[in-house]
Amino acid sequence: MEQNGSSPVISLRGIKKFYQMGDVEVRALRGVDVDIYPGEMLAIMGPSGSGKSTLMNIIGCLDVPSEGVYELDGKDVSRLKDDQLAAIRNHKIGFVFQSFNLLPRTTAVANVELPLIYGGVSGRQRRQRAEDSLRLVGLGERLDHKPNELSGGQQQRVAIARALVNTPSMILADEPTGNLDSKTSIEIMELFQRLNQERGITIVFVTHNPETADYCHRVVRVRDGMVESDISRRATAGIYATGGEPPSAPPSEPQEVQP
Amino acid sequence: MKVIEALRIAMRALAANKLRSVLTMLGIIIGVGAVIALMSIGRGVEKYVTDQFAGLGSNLLFVAPGQISDGPPSLRPNTVKALTLADMEAIADPSRVPHAASVAADFQTRVSVTRAGKTVDVQASATTPEYPLVRNWNTTAGSYFSTLDSDERQRVVLLGADTYQELFPNNEYPVDQIVQINEMNFRVIGVMESKGGGPGGNLDKSVFLPLTTGQDRLFKQKTPNGEYKVSVIYVSIDQSENIPLAQEEITQLMRERRGINYLDQDDFSIVSQNDLIAVFGDILGALTIFLGAIAAISLLVGGIGIMNIMLVSVTERTREIGLRKAVGAKRADVLVQFLIEAMALAAAGGFLGVALGWSLALLVSTAFGDFEAVVGADAIFTSLIVATAVGLFFGIFPAFRASRLNPIDALRYE
Repeated sequence: MEQNGSSPVISLRGIKKFYQMGDVEVRALRGVDVDIYPGEMLAIMGPSGSGKSTLMNIIGCLDVPSEGVYELDGKDVSRLKDDQLAAIRNHKIGFVFQSFNLLPRTTAVANVELPLIYGGVSGRQRRQRAEDSLRLVGLGERLDHKPNELSGGQQQRVAIARALVNTPSMILADEPTGNLDSKTSIEIMELFQRLNQERGITIVFVTHNPETADYCHRVVRVRDGMVESDISRRATAGIYATGGEPPSAPPSEPQEVQP
Repeated sequence: MKVIEALRIAMRALAANKLRSVLTMLGIIIGVGAVIALMSIGRGVEKYVTDQFAGLGSNLLFVAPGQISDGPPSLRPNTVKALTLADMEAIADPSRVPHAASVAADFQTRVSVTRAGKTVDVQASATTPEYPLVRNWNTTAGSYFSTLDSDERQRVVLLGADTYQELFPNNEYPVDQIVQINEMNFRVIGVMESKGGGPGGNLDKSVFLPLTTGQDRLFKQKTPNGEYKVSVIYVSIDQSENIPLAQEEITQLMRERRGINYLDQDDFSIVSQNDLIAVFGDILGALTIFLGAIAAISLLVGGIGIMNIMLVSVTERTREIGLRKAVGAKRADVLVQFLIEAMALAAAGGFLGVALGWSLALLVSTAFGDFEAVVGADAIFTSLIVATAVGLFFGIFPAFRASRLNPIDALRYE
């Protein structure tokens, strides 16, 4: 399957996930097919209990599907062991969480260095890359500040810098504005949008917040463990919403996907 | 992940909870401290005592009534048949004990000695004239009494170094001065060299007088048939390799003299210096085992403390572990991180324990002055290694638990 002349970053085929809770088998995902292409900025939405979080965990390589095939950058990652998944997460995925998840009492630059430590990057190079990453998110002046010396928006920027530092294939952001006020939320979403547009970074949001989805070119809705709809459109919010055509957006006609 | 990186993370985590870290280390600190202190003091005492034994006189055998198991000679029951001067004379007979170079008898009792209104209670050794020869002991002033003095039951006395100091506080020349022993006038004829304390009490706090004078004029402790009773007979053997042979000869002689039947137990004992050193060595050995047990128990308790606090730490830092795993930490990375943290905690405790034990040992040896506490590099090294090993062992379970955490659950943990 080709789009814009490139192969998908993420290719989900027939993804199912079952949990055993006591005697009951919970079918969290019941067959999901999604392709995500390089440079896309999309939102996965759905009410709680829809399987949205399970889908995020599988896309983020924190979990493996019970059935189906997940190819990340053309590599099948659906049957990997824990430590192999850890290596994939380290190299290919940048996480941004609702609650930032920065290490307390640790400077911004040391927080950003964390993935590089586990990636085996040497000390000096690590520091350099972490500083570059922090400058990219506009925190070049606060390298040695600790989380409790930073505002919520700044903390989330540190987290974004941490997600970027390993030049991942995609950033997976779980409710990234959930703990921020609306003004800061806009700043953070515009930062994501800028990274997507100017650097072509693939970003997947998992959210139930429609305002987050407004920044995205594509919205995948999940319900009862299946994809309810998969709609591509022009973003209706953010710095590019009223401007010209976004450079690398893959607009196509809105299309309904049959559950 | 490199070990240095893990060490840095561990140090940061420990520094973040300083009070808790120190409290956790306390078990290890006390355990290692106690062992270092007691081991150093024990070694100091051992060295001191060995030096004392060396000063007793070479190749010496002690013959005493009763068995060693009966307790010290002065506390033995009266039922034990006493040794007499005649026993000493028999041992001195070269045809019976050819390897005995010289022999002396000693009867010990407490007396009070008075001079110029000052009275001290000391031990009196009523001896035969050969005593200084057998004990390899010289006088600093005057000379030991002669056979003539002994035969004539002269009222002469020699003072131990400490006794002299007490009775002659102004360091007057003591020879020919008069002192009262149990209210009887004695002429001082000399002062013995300082010998220091040793097994059987501090000989410097003694007085020495002829056995004949003591038994006839002072104590009146003769056996029922009028023989001079003695507490101990010293036998100096010509060559150290002849000691076992001489011991055998004296045993045979004494059994005959005391009419002990074949197969009956000896009612006297012959002890060599080596026997005394061996007994002391046994006591030290038992003490060492005891110390080892204390150390093991406190290290066990300390280790459990470390395990406990590491489990708390793992729980507290569940989200941190989740995050580390999310950004690429493998199980081994997390395992190593927490193992190193536990080991650093224990090693720091061991280090502080060594410092504590060393200070204690120095304090004790300064306070008592008689001996020097010896803090060995091997003891320090062993303590640090053992403490770190305890940290490793008790850190395994918490670290394993941390490494098995599922990142999804860990990230969601509140």
